[in-house]
Amino acid sequence: MSRYFTEDHEWVDVDGDIGTVGISEYAQSQLGDIVFVEVPDEGKDVTKGDEAAVVESVKAASDVYSPVSGTVIEGNSDLADNPALVNEDPEGDGWFFKLTLSDASELEGLMDETAYAAFVAKL
Amino acid sequence: MRYLPLTDTDRSAMLATIGASSIDDLFVDVPEIARLDGPIHGLPLHASEMAVERHMAALASRNIAAGSVPFFIGCGAYKHHVPASVDHIIQRGEFLTAYTPYQPEIAQGTLQVMFEFQTQVARLLGTDVANASMYDGSTACWEAIGMARRITRRGKAILSGGLHPHYVSVARTMAKYTGDVLDTGLPALDADTDIAALIAKIDGDTSCVVVQYPDILGRIADLTALADACHANKALLVAVVTEPVALGAIKSPGEMDADIVVGEGQSIGVGLQFGGPYVGLFGCKEKYVRQMPGRLCGETLDAEGKRGFVLTLSTREQHIRREKATSNICTSSVLCALAFSVHMTLLGEAGLRKLADLNHIGAAAAADRLAEVDGVEVVNDSFFNEFTLKLSKESRGVVRALADKQILAGVSLGRLYPGAADLANGLVVAVTETTTEEDVEALAEALEEALA
Amino acid sequence: MTTLNPAGWRPEMTPERRAKAATHSGNKALMLEEPLIFEIGSTETTGVDLAEPPAGKPRLGNLERTATIGLPGLAEPETVRHYTRLSRQNYAIDLGVFPLGSCTMKHNPRLNEKMARLPGFADVHPLQPVDTVQGALAVIQELAVWLIELTGMYGVAMSPKAGAHGELCGILCIKAALEARGEGHRKVILVPESAHGTNPATAAFAGYSVEDIPATADGRVDLAALKARLGPDVAAVMITNPNTCGLFERDMRAISDAVHAVGGYVYCDGANFNAIVGRVRPGDLGIDAMHINLHKTFSTPHGGGGPGSGPVVLSEALSPYGPLPFVAKQADGHFQLVEEETVGEDHPHSFGRMVAFHGQMGMFTRALTYILSHGADGLRQVAEDAVLNANYVLRSLDKTMTAPFGEAGPCMHEALFSDANLAEGFTTIDVAKGLIDEGYHPMTVYFPLVVHGAMLVEPTETESKAGLDAFIDALRSVVERAKAGDHSLKSAPHYAPRSRLDETLAARKPVLVWKEPEAAQAAE
Repeated sequence: MSRYFTEDHEWVDVDGDIGTVGISEYAQSQLGDIVFVEVPDEGKDVTKGDEAAVVESVKAASDVYSPVSGTVIEGNSDLADNPALVNEDPEGDGWFFKLTLSDASELEGLMDETAYAAFVAKL
Repeated sequence: MRYLPLTDTDRSAMLATIGASSIDDLFVDVPEIARLDGPIHGLPLHASEMAVERHMAALASRNIAAGSVPFFIGCGAYKHHVPASVDHIIQRGEFLTAYTPYQPEIAQGTLQVMFEFQTQVARLLGTDVANASMYDGSTACWEAIGMARRITRRGKAILSGGLHPHYVSVARTMAKYTGDVLDTGLPALDADTDIAALIAKIDGDTSCVVVQYPDILGRIADLTALADACHANKALLVAVVTEPVALGAIKSPGEMDADIVVGEGQSIGVGLQFGGPYVGLFGCKEKYVRQMPGRLCGETLDAEGKRGFVLTLSTREQHIRREKATSNICTSSVLCALAFSVHMTLLGEAGLRKLADLNHIGAAAAADRLAEVDGVEVVNDSFFNEFTLKLSKESRGVVRALADKQILAGVSLGRLYPGAADLANGLVVAVTETTTEEDVEALAEALEEALA
Repeated sequence: MTTLNPAGWRPEMTPERRAKAATHSGNKALMLEEPLIFEIGSTETTGVDLAEPPAGKPRLGNLERTATIGLPGLAEPETVRHYTRLSRQNYAIDLGVFPLGSCTMKHNPRLNEKMARLPGFADVHPLQPVDTVQGALAVIQELAVWLIELTGMYGVAMSPKAGAHGELCGILCIKAALEARGEGHRKVILVPESAHGTNPATAAFAGYSVEDIPATADGRVDLAALKARLGPDVAAVMITNPNTCGLFERDMRAISDAVHAVGGYVYCDGANFNAIVGRVRPGDLGIDAMHINLHKTFSTPHGGGGPGSGPVVLSEALSPYGPLPFVAKQADGHFQLVEEETVGEDHPHSFGRMVAFHGQMGMFTRALTYILSHGADGLRQVAEDAVLNANYVLRSLDKTMTAPFGEAGPCMHEALFSDANLAEGFTTIDVAKGLIDEGYHPMTVYFPLVVHGAMLVEPTETESKAGLDAFIDALRSVVERAKAGDHSLKSAPHYAPRSRLDETLAARKPVLVWKEPEAAQAAE
């Protein structure tokens, strides 16, 4: 399984043709306390770069873009009752949604962990 | 100039601090063609308090105040007695001259009032939650239609013919821009409402059905079957209440499973004021709260663990969401909400129920008396404090003739529905606790004469 | 992800803080705790005497409300005390300087209140026959004439209920005018980044896509960039002038000309009209539509967040499309109310009705009272003193604080500062909360978005020099503390009725209505 990052601070884990999407540790630290997360419904088709989820802190609402294209198979229902999961474990239990990838070649344009760490260090 | 504290000495000293030689230096960025060299010509100059008071009082005297004549006008705004302490409290400077509570540590007064108001409104409407107020009933009604679109992701709203025609007009104006399709109709001068017809129209494209309760002709219908029909088609039921005092006597729309209940709160505490400012009521089921428009106040704790209140769920709003906000609304009507809340606290449940009884029993007696007049037929089987008469001639002229005799007889349906011949003889008559038996007698006698 | 904004925070709750606050009652002398009406009232108590309803047979369609509603009542003395105690937990313009930039908190003259309460205005129904409300219609007409003259425009729509509603009215007029010209295909509205959030929200509501207008380094619209973007797809630009950085848009006339040259319209957000009333007429700058917030420029009370009132002045090109209803003066001096029934062929292009009835009459009487009190000369003085006061604040503090556009010339009605020179870890919110302890309402914070940690100070013309000097001293002292890294600011305010409130908790688990303790517990 490998993990990829976008310049908009989303990550995607890929296992076969299933991707799991969330936001990075850096993103959660910038947002502050997350109070609400809206995840996409199962069956929704998303295109790479589309607004796929919304994450809210007290004073800001941010769109989360899908790092890859595909069909959503599951939204993380735990986030409805416990949005703080995104703060506590953004790159683990605080994942947003899973999807089946429609075009694995889209991953080529994304950063790996090392490249993303370097990208964040420059911000 | 009594509202301007600076003296010329102050002004000179301040210009010196700034490093400007004259006030004109501070307006250098204004293009020369747009600079005015002195007070705009042809407009009056400043005036004393006494002079202004005289001018305004002369204008006021050209109106007939509702309280000075037999008065029966309703249709979305009602004359009720407002206790003296309501006006006293809303004139306290700490309420009157505060801004939106952006700094909650020094705005707990307004915030607690909002929280209490939200709770009172939710209980009155029978909804889980309510917001801290909208501009008025008509804009709240439109916002409910938009909210139903967002929740159902459908764009067809069915509006009852019994919905206030101004509310329909507002929705029609707005729907032109959002693309919502509105199915609208006229009311029939008949005892039955259009509930059955509404149920028949609901389909898989329907976002919501909007029904007024009591409706524009004063009729009251059970909404339970309509709510069931909406829900069977995954549509929402939006109920509109323009006379909140009625909910002291009749079941709330929430109790009949309406999803969103909006209303005009003017009746309680606010007064007539020729149409505004009023206070829009907006309640809904808890699961829809994040799609609600308008300000919300929520309970929380401060750093010392004490209960306090803050504006919350602000990410729905325009100042954060900008073009993605649930609504472009910024202002609410908190001062009027305060008046509503104070009046409701003075009434309490016991007082509200008694007030509602007084209105209803008085209206029933008036309906019976007016039914005795030749050429008058009471349309309603059911009503709260407002009912519709069918006259033997067009009501528009009758209303004007009675106004000449200093009797404000009600609202002619000819005014509300221009061009609708079937409705031209309809007259909507409102009776509240302020109406005396003598008032009713005066109206009956004047109608007798006008219809002879 | 879009916009990362770190303004969210949570207060630290410590045992020491809790202990410090302790008195038996929870009160602190004149600072009185007040329970909710639901905790002190009962459904049997009432503060209103009503006659016993006579017996009668109900005709309620068998829909009697039988279940308890749960509305507590209080007797009048308790009611007055409850709300009086609550009122004392509020800051207000009646208590001191309220320097909320762009919100314009100026003194609310009490004559306005007295006039609005004359029975001839307060006790008149919106659907009375027009012959019985000639005075009310005269007020609307008289105020309309003033607004038209003061702005140099052609017409005015009086019915919008608030500023954002007025914006919507103006944009709908523009849309109607474009459609009438067969140019409904124009789909873009250009809005500067510094605009109020209502601007893009309004444009989006009317079906337009919103694009940013770039700004120059001196805080104004970049005319060259704007011109480069203008084209046949642009319906309008929405510009706030004076803008939210407190600056006059020097190129306003050139902007209008350029927009008109490509067939678009110019909408001006008139929130800041108070800075120029009597000195500049927006009509002379080529504006097509502008809303006026009556509470900002014309001193109507804002009452804790409304009511507002947002009449929209319109150019000759847009006036035919304005909403119903409106007041027309006939040749014989009689006022006519033009609404659905009477509109006939006089106003066939109206985009329709925005609101039931006729707008915020109670605000019209107050605004007209204020305008008549000041007159043409006094209103000009209002703008001059407002601008003078703001520049005095700017120049008194620009050595202590960072003024991002301080070099760009004088400001108008408000002075803009940033958090640039505060100590590491200190930000605008700490200055704001520190100012609360000094007895002042904070300035507008974190707006406009174009300036980091923005602090927007608007003193208004109703502050005296002595009052301003005291405020300036207080703000300077708080900023000096923030620059020195005084940690006590991080837990300010220390003397307000509440310390910092946990907004995260409020948003994560919204409690929007009171529930009986048992019910609240069951819901946990």
